[in-house]
Amino acid sequence: MYVAVKGGERAIESAHAWLAEERRGDKSVAELSIAQIREQLKLSVDRVMAEGSLYDPDLAALAIKQSRGDLIEAIFLIRAYRTTLPRFGVSEPMNTGAMECDRRISATFKDLPGGQVLGPTFDYTHRLLDFKLAADGEVPEAPTRDAALGDVPHVTEFLNQEGLIEEAPLDDTPPPDLTREPLEMPAERALRLQALTRADEGFTLGLAYSTQRGYGRNHAFVGELRIGTVAVEMDIPELGFTIEIGEITLTECETVNQFKGSKTEPPQFTRGYGLVFGQSERKAISMALVDRALRWEELGEDNVGAPAQDTEFVLYHADNIQATGFLEHIKLPHYVDFQSELELVRKLRREAGAGRYQEAAE
Amino acid sequence: MKNTFDENAERKAWMSLLAKAPEGRVAALLDAALTRPDFTWLRAPEIGSTMLRGRAGGTGAPFNIGEMTVTRCALTLPSGEVGHAYIQGRRKADAEAAALVDALMQGVHATAIRDAVLKPLETEQAGVKTARVQKTAATKVEFFTMARGED
Repeated sequence: MYVAVKGGERAIESAHAWLAEERRGDKSVAELSIAQIREQLKLSVDRVMAEGSLYDPDLAALAIKQSRGDLIEAIFLIRAYRTTLPRFGVSEPMNTGAMECDRRISATFKDLPGGQVLGPTFDYTHRLLDFKLAADGEVPEAPTRDAALGDVPHVTEFLNQEGLIEEAPLDDTPPPDLTREPLEMPAERALRLQALTRADEGFTLGLAYSTQRGYGRNHAFVGELRIGTVAVEMDIPELGFTIEIGEITLTECETVNQFKGSKTEPPQFTRGYGLVFGQSERKAISMALVDRALRWEELGEDNVGAPAQDTEFVLYHADNIQATGFLEHIKLPHYVDFQSELELVRKLRREAGAGRYQEAAE
Repeated sequence: MKNTFDENAERKAWMSLLAKAPEGRVAALLDAALTRPDFTWLRAPEIGSTMLRGRAGGTGAPFNIGEMTVTRCALTLPSGEVGHAYIQGRRKADAEAAALVDALMQGVHATAIRDAVLKPLETEQAGVKTARVQKTAATKVEFFTMARGED
Protein backbone atom coordinates (compact mmCIF):
# COMPACT_ATOMS: atom_id res chain seq x y z
CA MET A 1 0.00 0.00 0.00
CA TYR A 2 1.19 3.51 -0.64
CA VAL A 3 -0.09 6.70 0.90
CA ALA A 4 -0.68 10.00 -0.87
CA VAL A 5 1.75 12.63 0.26
CA LYS A 6 1.65 16.30 -0.59
CA GLY A 7 4.46 18.72 -1.25
CA GLY A 8 5.93 17.36 -4.46
CA GLU A 9 3.91 19.47 -6.85
CA ARG A 10 6.60 21.93 -7.86
CA ALA A 11 9.22 19.18 -8.12
CA ILE A 12 6.91 17.10 -10.33
CA GLU A 13 6.20 20.03 -12.64
CA SER A 14 9.87 20.77 -13.03
CA ALA A 15 10.62 17.08 -13.61
CA HIS A 16 8.06 16.91 -16.40
CA ALA A 17 9.36 20.08 -18.01
CA TRP A 18 12.87 18.65 -17.97
CA LEU A 19 11.55 15.37 -19.36
CA ALA A 20 10.07 17.26 -22.32
CA GLU A 21 13.41 18.96 -22.90
CA GLU A 22 15.36 15.70 -22.66
CA ARG A 23 12.89 14.05 -25.01
CA ARG A 24 13.70 16.67 -27.62
CA GLY A 25 17.43 16.26 -27.02
CA ASP A 26 20.01 18.43 -28.74
CA LYS A 27 18.08 21.06 -30.69
CA SER A 28 20.78 21.30 -33.32
CA VAL A 29 19.68 17.77 -34.36
CA ALA A 30 16.52 17.62 -36.50
CA GLU A 31 13.38 16.58 -34.67
CA LEU A 32 11.84 13.18 -35.46
CA SER A 33 8.48 13.25 -37.20
CA ILE A 34 5.71 10.73 -36.58
CA ALA A 35 5.92 9.73 -40.25
CA GLN A 36 9.65 9.02 -39.92
CA ILE A 37 9.05 6.74 -36.95
CA ARG A 38 6.14 5.03 -38.70
CA GLU A 39 8.12 4.42 -41.88
CA GLN A 40 11.64 3.84 -40.60
CA LEU A 41 11.12 2.20 -37.21
CA LYS A 42 8.32 0.02 -38.47
CA LEU A 43 9.18 -3.03 -36.38
CA SER A 44 9.06 -0.96 -33.18
CA VAL A 45 5.70 0.40 -34.34
CA ASP A 46 4.53 -3.17 -34.99
CA ARG A 47 5.55 -4.32 -31.51
CA VAL A 48 3.76 -1.40 -29.88
CA MET A 49 0.60 -2.17 -31.85
CA ALA A 50 0.75 -5.90 -31.04
CA GLU A 51 1.34 -5.54 -27.31
CA GLY A 52 -0.68 -2.34 -27.05
CA SER A 53 -3.51 -4.36 -28.61
CA LEU A 54 -4.49 -1.57 -30.99
CA TYR A 55 -3.71 -1.46 -34.70
CA ASP A 56 -2.94 2.14 -35.62
CA PRO A 57 0.58 2.82 -36.95
CA ASP A 58 0.37 6.60 -36.49
CA LEU A 59 -0.69 6.32 -32.87
CA ALA A 60 2.00 3.76 -32.16
CA ALA A 61 4.61 6.05 -33.74
CA LEU A 62 3.36 8.96 -31.62
CA ALA A 63 3.57 6.79 -28.51
CA ILE A 64 7.16 5.82 -29.37
CA LYS A 65 8.10 9.48 -29.76
CA GLN A 66 6.39 10.46 -26.53
CA SER A 67 8.03 7.62 -24.62
CA ARG A 68 11.49 8.46 -25.98
CA GLY A 69 11.69 5.02 -27.54
CA ASP A 70 10.80 3.11 -24.35
CA LEU A 71 8.54 0.56 -26.00
CA ILE A 72 6.83 -0.69 -22.84
CA GLU A 73 6.01 2.92 -21.91
CA ALA A 74 4.68 3.36 -25.47
CA ILE A 75 2.57 0.22 -25.13
CA PHE A 76 1.20 1.63 -21.86
CA LEU A 77 0.17 4.85 -23.66
CA ILE A 78 -1.59 2.85 -26.39
CA ARG A 79 -3.40 0.65 -23.87
CA ALA A 80 -4.61 3.76 -22.02
CA TYR A 81 -5.82 5.39 -25.24
CA ARG A 82 -7.53 2.18 -26.33
CA THR A 83 -9.80 2.25 -23.29
CA THR A 84 -11.21 5.63 -24.38
CA LEU A 85 -12.51 4.31 -27.70
CA PRO A 86 -16.13 3.25 -28.13
CA ARG A 87 -16.23 -0.19 -29.73
CA PHE A 88 -18.19 -0.23 -32.98
CA GLY A 89 -18.15 -3.98 -33.34
CA VAL A 90 -16.07 -7.06 -33.99
CA SER A 91 -14.56 -8.16 -37.28
CA GLU A 92 -15.30 -11.38 -39.07
CA PRO A 93 -12.51 -13.83 -38.19
CA MET A 94 -9.71 -12.85 -40.55
CA ASN A 95 -8.92 -15.30 -43.31
CA THR A 96 -5.16 -15.71 -43.17
CA GLY A 97 -5.40 -18.29 -45.96
CA ALA A 98 -6.20 -15.38 -48.28
CA MET A 99 -3.27 -13.33 -47.03
CA GLU A 100 -1.33 -11.35 -49.62
CA CYS A 101 2.03 -12.65 -48.50
CA ASP A 102 5.23 -10.61 -48.42
CA ARG A 103 6.96 -13.58 -46.88
CA ARG A 104 6.04 -17.22 -46.63
CA ILE A 105 8.40 -19.99 -45.66
CA SER A 106 8.16 -23.54 -44.41
CA ALA A 107 10.92 -25.36 -42.59
CA THR A 108 9.20 -28.70 -43.08
CA PHE A 109 8.10 -28.84 -46.72
CA LYS A 110 10.46 -27.67 -49.44
CA ASP A 111 8.15 -27.73 -52.44
CA LEU A 112 4.81 -26.24 -51.64
CA PRO A 113 2.20 -24.46 -53.76
CA GLY A 114 3.00 -20.76 -53.73
CA GLY A 115 6.65 -21.54 -52.99
CA GLN A 116 9.15 -20.37 -50.42
CA VAL A 117 9.18 -16.59 -50.51
CA LEU A 118 11.73 -14.78 -48.36
CA GLY A 119 10.36 -11.24 -48.37
CA PRO A 120 12.18 -8.38 -46.62
CA THR A 121 13.98 -10.49 -44.01
CA PHE A 122 17.03 -10.07 -41.75
CA ASP A 123 17.75 -13.79 -42.27
CA TYR A 124 20.96 -14.47 -44.20
CA THR A 125 22.29 -10.97 -43.49
CA HIS A 126 25.75 -10.99 -41.91
CA ARG A 127 24.81 -8.99 -38.83
CA LEU A 128 27.72 -6.67 -39.47
CA LEU A 129 27.11 -2.99 -38.79
CA ASP A 130 26.43 -1.21 -42.04
CA PHE A 131 28.20 2.14 -41.88
CA LYS A 132 26.64 3.17 -45.17
CA LEU A 133 23.42 3.73 -43.19
CA ALA A 134 25.23 6.31 -41.08
CA ALA A 135 26.25 8.21 -44.21
CA ASP A 136 23.31 8.68 -46.53
CA GLY A 137 19.92 7.10 -46.88
CA GLU A 138 19.98 6.30 -50.58
CA VAL A 139 18.93 2.71 -51.25
CA PRO A 140 18.70 1.02 -54.62
CA GLU A 141 15.27 -0.20 -55.71
CA ALA A 142 14.62 -3.81 -54.76
CA PRO A 143 14.65 -6.20 -57.71
CA THR A 144 11.31 -7.19 -59.13
CA ARG A 145 10.09 -10.18 -61.07
CA ASP A 146 7.09 -10.34 -63.29
CA ALA A 147 5.30 -13.25 -61.71
CA ALA A 148 2.06 -13.76 -59.96
CA LEU A 149 2.30 -15.73 -56.75
CA GLY A 150 -1.12 -17.24 -57.15
CA ASP A 151 -2.88 -18.87 -54.26
CA VAL A 152 -0.84 -19.46 -51.18
CA PRO A 153 -2.76 -22.12 -49.24
CA HIS A 154 -1.86 -23.02 -45.68
CA VAL A 155 0.73 -25.78 -45.64
CA THR A 156 -1.18 -27.91 -43.18
CA GLU A 157 -4.32 -27.81 -45.32
CA PHE A 158 -2.94 -29.47 -48.41
CA LEU A 159 -0.37 -31.74 -46.83
CA ASN A 160 -2.77 -33.43 -44.53
CA GLN A 161 -4.34 -35.97 -46.85
CA GLU A 162 -2.93 -38.77 -44.75
CA GLY A 163 -4.46 -37.28 -41.62
CA LEU A 164 -1.07 -37.21 -39.94
CA ILE A 165 -1.48 -33.64 -38.80
CA GLU A 166 -4.05 -32.59 -36.26
CA GLU A 167 -6.90 -30.61 -37.85
CA ALA A 168 -8.31 -27.28 -36.71
CA PRO A 169 -11.99 -27.77 -37.58
CA LEU A 170 -14.12 -24.71 -38.23
CA ASP A 171 -15.92 -23.54 -35.13
CA ASP A 172 -17.89 -20.37 -34.54
CA THR A 173 -18.08 -20.24 -30.75
CA PRO A 174 -17.84 -16.56 -29.79
CA PRO A 175 -14.53 -16.14 -27.95
CA PRO A 176 -14.11 -14.66 -24.48
CA ASP A 177 -12.50 -11.20 -24.38
CA LEU A 178 -10.02 -10.42 -21.63
CA THR A 179 -10.39 -6.69 -22.26
CA ARG A 180 -14.02 -7.00 -21.15
CA GLU A 181 -13.97 -9.81 -18.58
CA PRO A 182 -11.21 -10.35 -16.04
CA LEU A 183 -8.81 -13.13 -17.00
CA GLU A 184 -9.85 -16.19 -15.01
CA MET A 185 -8.69 -19.77 -14.79
CA PRO A 186 -9.16 -22.26 -16.28
CA ALA A 187 -8.50 -20.38 -19.50
CA GLU A 188 -9.70 -21.95 -22.72
CA ARG A 189 -7.51 -21.79 -25.81
CA ALA A 190 -9.21 -18.72 -27.32
CA LEU A 191 -8.48 -16.76 -24.16
CA ARG A 192 -4.91 -18.04 -23.99
CA LEU A 193 -4.30 -17.00 -27.61
CA GLN A 194 -5.64 -13.49 -26.91
CA ALA A 195 -3.37 -13.17 -23.89
CA LEU A 196 -0.36 -14.51 -25.81
CA THR A 197 -0.76 -12.29 -28.87
CA ARG A 198 -0.57 -9.17 -26.66
CA ALA A 199 2.00 -10.69 -24.27
CA ASP A 200 5.46 -9.27 -23.78
CA GLU A 201 7.73 -10.41 -26.57
CA GLY A 202 10.69 -11.04 -24.29
CA PHE A 203 8.70 -13.08 -21.79
CA THR A 204 7.08 -15.13 -24.56
CA LEU A 205 10.45 -15.69 -26.23
CA GLY A 206 12.01 -16.83 -22.95
CA LEU A 207 9.21 -19.30 -22.27
CA ALA A 208 9.28 -20.63 -25.83
CA TYR A 209 13.05 -21.06 -25.58
CA SER A 210 12.62 -22.96 -22.32
CA THR A 211 10.41 -25.52 -24.10
CA GLN A 212 13.11 -26.01 -26.74
CA ARG A 213 15.71 -26.58 -24.03
CA GLY A 214 13.65 -29.33 -22.43
CA TYR A 215 11.24 -27.70 -19.98
CA GLY A 216 8.09 -29.22 -21.44
CA ARG A 217 9.77 -30.26 -24.66
CA ASN A 218 7.42 -30.63 -27.62
CA HIS A 219 9.90 -30.46 -30.49
CA ALA A 220 8.48 -27.84 -32.82
CA PHE A 221 9.10 -27.41 -36.52
CA VAL A 222 7.99 -24.24 -38.23
CA GLY A 223 5.39 -25.78 -40.52
CA GLU A 224 4.71 -22.37 -41.94
CA LEU A 225 5.51 -18.76 -41.29
CA ARG A 226 3.78 -16.06 -43.28
CA ILE A 227 3.73 -12.27 -43.16
CA GLY A 228 1.43 -10.15 -45.27
CA THR A 229 -1.76 -8.16 -45.49
CA VAL A 230 -5.23 -9.41 -44.72
CA ALA A 231 -8.50 -7.58 -45.30
CA VAL A 232 -10.60 -6.73 -42.25
CA GLU A 233 -14.29 -7.42 -42.82
CA MET A 234 -17.03 -6.28 -40.52
CA ASP A 235 -20.76 -6.74 -40.57
CA ILE A 236 -22.39 -3.29 -40.61
CA PRO A 237 -25.76 -3.58 -38.84
CA GLU A 238 -27.25 -0.46 -40.45
CA LEU A 239 -26.44 -1.84 -43.90
CA GLY A 240 -27.24 -5.48 -43.26
CA PHE A 241 -24.11 -6.74 -45.00
CA THR A 242 -20.39 -7.13 -44.55
CA ILE A 243 -17.81 -4.76 -45.99
CA GLU A 244 -14.05 -4.51 -45.88
CA ILE A 245 -13.19 -1.65 -43.55
CA GLY A 246 -9.43 -1.85 -43.90
CA GLU A 247 -6.37 -3.96 -44.30
CA ILE A 248 -3.72 -4.91 -41.77
CA THR A 249 -0.38 -6.67 -41.65
CA LEU A 250 -0.21 -9.91 -39.70
CA THR A 251 2.45 -12.47 -38.94
CA GLU A 252 1.25 -16.03 -38.63
CA CYS A 253 3.19 -19.07 -37.48
CA GLU A 254 2.05 -22.65 -37.43
CA THR A 255 4.25 -25.17 -35.79
CA VAL A 256 4.09 -28.88 -36.41
CA ASN A 257 5.04 -30.80 -33.31
CA GLN A 258 6.06 -34.36 -32.66
CA PHE A 259 3.43 -36.21 -30.72
CA LYS A 260 3.62 -39.84 -29.71
CA GLY A 261 -0.08 -40.08 -28.99
CA SER A 262 -1.87 -40.24 -25.67
CA LYS A 263 -4.81 -41.86 -23.98
CA THR A 264 -7.15 -39.71 -26.08
CA GLU A 265 -5.25 -38.91 -29.27
CA PRO A 266 -3.56 -41.13 -31.91
CA PRO A 267 0.11 -40.58 -32.79
CA GLN A 268 0.18 -37.61 -35.12
CA PHE A 269 1.68 -34.21 -35.56
CA THR A 270 0.02 -31.61 -33.38
CA ARG A 271 0.03 -27.89 -33.95
CA GLY A 272 0.85 -24.68 -32.15
CA TYR A 273 -0.43 -21.36 -33.42
CA GLY A 274 0.88 -17.81 -33.38
CA LEU A 275 -0.82 -14.77 -34.91
CA VAL A 276 0.46 -11.28 -34.20
CA PHE A 277 -0.19 -7.74 -35.46
CA GLY A 278 2.46 -6.41 -37.81
CA GLN A 279 5.71 -8.00 -38.87
CA SER A 280 6.96 -9.87 -35.85
CA GLU A 281 8.11 -13.39 -36.55
CA ARG A 282 10.11 -13.85 -33.36
CA LYS A 283 6.94 -13.17 -31.41
CA ALA A 284 4.71 -15.29 -33.67
CA ILE A 285 7.02 -18.33 -33.43
CA SER A 286 7.33 -17.86 -29.65
CA MET A 287 3.56 -17.62 -29.33
CA ALA A 288 3.09 -20.84 -31.31
CA LEU A 289 5.55 -22.73 -29.11
CA VAL A 290 3.95 -21.50 -25.89
CA ASP A 291 0.44 -22.15 -27.25
CA ARG A 292 1.47 -25.73 -28.01
CA ALA A 293 3.03 -26.21 -24.57
CA LEU A 294 -0.15 -24.95 -22.88
CA ARG A 295 -2.22 -27.50 -24.80
CA TRP A 296 -0.80 -30.43 -22.83
CA GLU A 297 -4.04 -31.04 -20.99
CA GLU A 298 -6.41 -31.17 -23.98
CA LEU A 299 -3.95 -33.47 -25.80
CA GLY A 300 -3.66 -35.76 -22.79
CA GLU A 301 0.06 -35.18 -22.33
CA ASP A 302 1.87 -35.35 -19.00
CA ASN A 303 2.34 -32.21 -17.03
CA VAL A 304 6.05 -32.33 -16.32
CA GLY A 305 5.81 -29.19 -14.21
CA ALA A 306 7.49 -26.98 -16.81
CA PRO A 307 6.80 -23.24 -16.50
CA ALA A 308 5.49 -23.10 -20.08
CA GLN A 309 2.85 -25.72 -19.22
CA ASP A 310 1.48 -23.71 -16.31
CA THR A 311 -1.39 -21.66 -17.79
CA GLU A 312 -1.85 -19.55 -14.70
CA PHE A 313 1.85 -18.77 -14.41
CA VAL A 314 2.15 -17.92 -18.11
CA LEU A 315 -0.99 -15.82 -18.52
CA TYR A 316 -0.71 -13.91 -15.24
CA HIS A 317 2.88 -12.87 -15.91
CA ALA A 318 2.92 -12.34 -19.67
CA ASP A 319 1.39 -8.86 -19.72
CA ASN A 320 4.13 -6.26 -19.53
CA ILE A 321 1.78 -3.46 -18.54
CA GLN A 322 0.37 -5.35 -15.57
CA ALA A 323 3.89 -6.42 -14.63
CA THR A 324 5.34 -2.93 -15.00
CA GLY A 325 2.50 -1.40 -13.04
CA PHE A 326 3.00 -3.66 -10.07
CA LEU A 327 6.77 -3.72 -10.28
CA GLU A 328 7.23 0.02 -10.57
CA HIS A 329 4.68 0.96 -7.95
CA ILE A 330 7.17 -0.06 -5.26
CA LYS A 331 9.21 3.02 -6.08
CA LEU A 332 6.32 5.25 -5.06
CA PRO A 333 6.19 6.51 -1.46
CA HIS A 334 5.69 3.67 1.01
CA TYR A 335 6.68 5.76 4.03
CA VAL A 336 3.90 4.56 6.33
CA ASP A 337 4.32 0.93 5.30
CA PHE A 338 8.01 1.10 5.88
CA GLN A 339 7.58 2.94 9.16
CA SER A 340 5.44 0.09 10.48
CA GLU A 341 7.97 -2.51 9.28
CA LEU A 342 10.69 -0.53 11.02
CA GLU A 343 8.69 -0.51 14.25
CA LEU A 344 8.14 -4.23 13.94
CA VAL A 345 11.83 -5.05 13.47
CA ARG A 346 12.74 -2.81 16.43
CA LYS A 347 10.14 -4.52 18.56
CA LEU A 348 11.34 -8.01 17.59
CA ARG A 349 14.90 -7.09 18.38
CA ARG A 350 13.89 -5.72 21.79
CA GLU A 351 11.98 -8.88 22.59
CA ALA A 352 14.75 -11.20 21.49
CA GLY A 353 17.27 -9.26 23.52
CA ALA A 354 19.34 -6.79 21.62
CA GLY A 355 22.47 -7.90 23.46
CA ARG A 356 22.65 -11.18 21.62
CA TYR A 357 22.77 -9.48 18.25
CA GLN A 358 25.26 -6.96 19.50
CA GLU A 359 27.54 -9.80 20.51
CA ALA A 360 27.24 -11.54 17.19
CA ALA A 361 28.01 -8.31 15.38
CA GLU A 362 31.25 -7.91 17.32
CA MET B 1 -27.36 -12.40 -45.24
CA LYS B 2 -26.73 -14.83 -48.08
CA ASN B 3 -29.65 -13.72 -50.25
CA THR B 4 -28.76 -10.04 -49.92
CA PHE B 5 -25.19 -10.78 -50.98
CA ASP B 6 -25.70 -10.35 -54.71
CA GLU B 7 -27.81 -7.23 -54.76
CA ASN B 8 -25.29 -5.55 -52.48
CA ALA B 9 -22.18 -6.88 -54.15
CA GLU B 10 -21.50 -3.67 -56.05
CA ARG B 11 -21.94 -1.42 -53.06
CA LYS B 12 -19.83 -3.73 -50.90
CA ALA B 13 -17.07 -3.48 -53.48
CA TRP B 14 -17.01 0.31 -53.60
CA MET B 15 -17.30 0.74 -49.84
CA SER B 16 -14.38 -1.66 -49.40
CA LEU B 17 -12.38 0.23 -52.00
CA LEU B 18 -13.08 3.57 -50.30
CA ALA B 19 -12.12 2.19 -46.87
CA LYS B 20 -8.69 1.13 -48.12
CA ALA B 21 -7.85 4.34 -50.00
CA PRO B 22 -4.79 6.29 -48.80
CA GLU B 23 -5.32 9.35 -46.62
CA GLY B 24 -6.83 12.30 -48.51
CA ARG B 25 -7.13 10.44 -51.81
CA VAL B 26 -10.93 10.02 -51.96
CA ALA B 27 -11.46 13.69 -51.10
CA ALA B 28 -8.99 14.81 -53.77
CA LEU B 29 -10.64 12.69 -56.47
CA LEU B 30 -14.13 13.68 -55.39
CA ASP B 31 -13.37 17.40 -55.37
CA ALA B 32 -11.75 17.16 -58.79
CA ALA B 33 -14.90 15.49 -60.14
CA LEU B 34 -17.63 17.82 -58.89
CA THR B 35 -18.65 20.43 -56.36
CA ARG B 36 -19.65 18.65 -53.17
CA PRO B 37 -23.42 18.58 -52.71
CA ASP B 38 -25.05 19.79 -49.51
CA PHE B 39 -25.82 17.06 -47.06
CA THR B 40 -27.17 16.47 -43.57
CA TRP B 41 -25.33 14.39 -40.99
CA LEU B 42 -27.21 11.35 -39.77
CA ARG B 43 -24.17 10.49 -37.71
CA ALA B 44 -21.31 12.97 -37.54
CA PRO B 45 -17.86 11.37 -37.99
CA GLU B 46 -16.79 9.54 -34.86
CA ILE B 47 -13.70 7.56 -33.96
CA GLY B 48 -13.93 4.18 -32.29
CA SER B 49 -12.55 0.70 -32.55
CA THR B 50 -13.29 -2.73 -33.92
CA MET B 51 -12.10 -5.89 -32.22
CA LEU B 52 -10.25 -8.01 -34.76
CA ARG B 53 -10.51 -11.77 -34.68
CA GLY B 54 -8.41 -14.61 -35.98
CA ARG B 55 -8.93 -18.35 -35.84
CA ALA B 56 -6.85 -20.84 -33.87
CA GLY B 57 -4.75 -22.77 -36.36
CA GLY B 58 -5.97 -20.40 -39.09
CA THR B 59 -9.21 -22.32 -39.53
CA GLY B 60 -10.47 -23.25 -36.04
CA ALA B 61 -12.27 -21.44 -33.25
CA PRO B 62 -12.15 -17.62 -33.30
CA PHE B 63 -10.13 -15.59 -30.79
CA ASN B 64 -9.58 -11.87 -30.23
CA ILE B 65 -6.28 -10.45 -31.46
CA GLY B 66 -6.68 -6.79 -30.62
CA GLU B 67 -8.53 -3.73 -31.78
CA MET B 68 -8.15 -1.41 -34.73
CA THR B 69 -9.11 2.27 -34.89
CA VAL B 70 -12.09 2.96 -37.14
CA THR B 71 -13.89 6.13 -38.19
CA ARG B 72 -17.53 6.02 -39.18
CA CYS B 73 -20.22 8.45 -40.28
CA ALA B 74 -23.53 8.58 -42.13
CA LEU B 75 -25.12 11.37 -44.11
CA THR B 76 -28.05 12.05 -46.39
CA LEU B 77 -28.23 14.09 -49.58
CA PRO B 78 -31.12 16.49 -50.34
CA SER B 79 -32.24 13.96 -52.98
CA GLY B 80 -32.60 11.37 -50.22
CA GLU B 81 -29.70 8.98 -50.76
CA VAL B 82 -28.00 7.84 -47.56
CA GLY B 83 -24.23 7.37 -47.55
CA HIS B 84 -22.29 5.39 -44.96
CA ALA B 85 -18.60 5.09 -44.26
CA TYR B 86 -16.62 2.75 -42.02
CA ILE B 87 -12.92 3.23 -42.61
CA GLN B 88 -9.73 2.14 -40.90
CA GLY B 89 -7.87 4.73 -38.84
CA ARG B 90 -8.73 8.07 -37.30
CA ARG B 91 -9.71 9.99 -40.44
CA LYS B 92 -12.85 12.09 -40.13
CA ALA B 93 -12.36 14.03 -43.39
CA ASP B 94 -11.77 10.78 -45.26
CA ALA B 95 -14.88 9.22 -43.71
CA GLU B 96 -16.92 12.22 -44.85
CA ALA B 97 -15.58 11.94 -48.41
CA ALA B 98 -16.21 8.18 -48.46
CA ALA B 99 -19.80 8.59 -47.21
CA LEU B 100 -20.44 11.27 -49.84
CA VAL B 101 -19.14 9.00 -52.58
CA ASP B 102 -21.29 6.17 -51.21
CA ALA B 103 -24.38 8.39 -51.35
CA LEU B 104 -23.57 9.84 -54.78
CA MET B 105 -23.05 6.35 -56.19
CA GLN B 106 -26.71 5.63 -55.46
CA GLY B 107 -27.97 8.64 -57.43
CA VAL B 108 -27.80 10.27 -60.84
CA HIS B 109 -24.08 11.02 -60.58
CA ALA B 110 -23.15 7.36 -60.25
CA THR B 111 -21.49 7.02 -63.64
CA ALA B 112 -19.47 10.22 -63.25
CA ILE B 113 -18.34 9.24 -59.75
CA ARG B 114 -17.43 5.75 -60.85
CA ASP B 115 -15.19 7.11 -63.61
CA ALA B 116 -13.70 9.96 -61.61
CA VAL B 117 -13.27 8.33 -58.18
CA LEU B 118 -13.69 4.57 -58.11
CA LYS B 119 -11.84 3.64 -61.28
CA PRO B 120 -8.69 5.68 -60.47
CA LEU B 121 -8.73 4.25 -56.93
CA GLU B 122 -8.97 0.74 -58.31
CA THR B 123 -6.09 1.35 -60.72
CA GLU B 124 -3.93 2.87 -57.99
CA GLN B 125 -4.59 0.10 -55.49
CA ALA B 126 -3.92 -2.55 -58.14
CA GLY B 127 -0.65 -0.77 -59.02
CA VAL B 128 0.51 -0.74 -55.39
CA LYS B 129 -0.33 -4.42 -55.02
CA THR B 130 1.40 -5.41 -58.26
CA ALA B 131 4.57 -3.56 -57.27
CA ARG B 132 4.61 -5.43 -53.97
CA VAL B 133 3.90 -8.80 -55.56
CA GLN B 134 6.75 -8.23 -58.02
CA LYS B 135 9.19 -7.54 -55.20
CA THR B 136 7.90 -10.57 -53.34
CA ALA B 137 8.26 -12.73 -56.45
CA ALA B 138 11.90 -11.69 -56.78
CA THR B 139 12.57 -13.24 -53.34
CA LYS B 140 11.05 -16.60 -54.24
CA VAL B 141 13.50 -19.44 -53.76
CA GLU B 142 14.20 -21.62 -56.79
CA PHE B 143 15.55 -24.86 -55.38
CA PHE B 144 17.72 -27.01 -57.55
CA THR B 145 19.27 -30.31 -56.64
CA MET B 146 22.96 -30.86 -57.27
CA ALA B 147 23.60 -34.11 -59.10
CA ARG B 148 25.56 -36.29 -56.76
CA GLY B 149 28.16 -38.62 -58.18
CA GLU B 150 27.59 -42.20 -57.09
CA ASP B 151 30.46 -44.65 -57.36
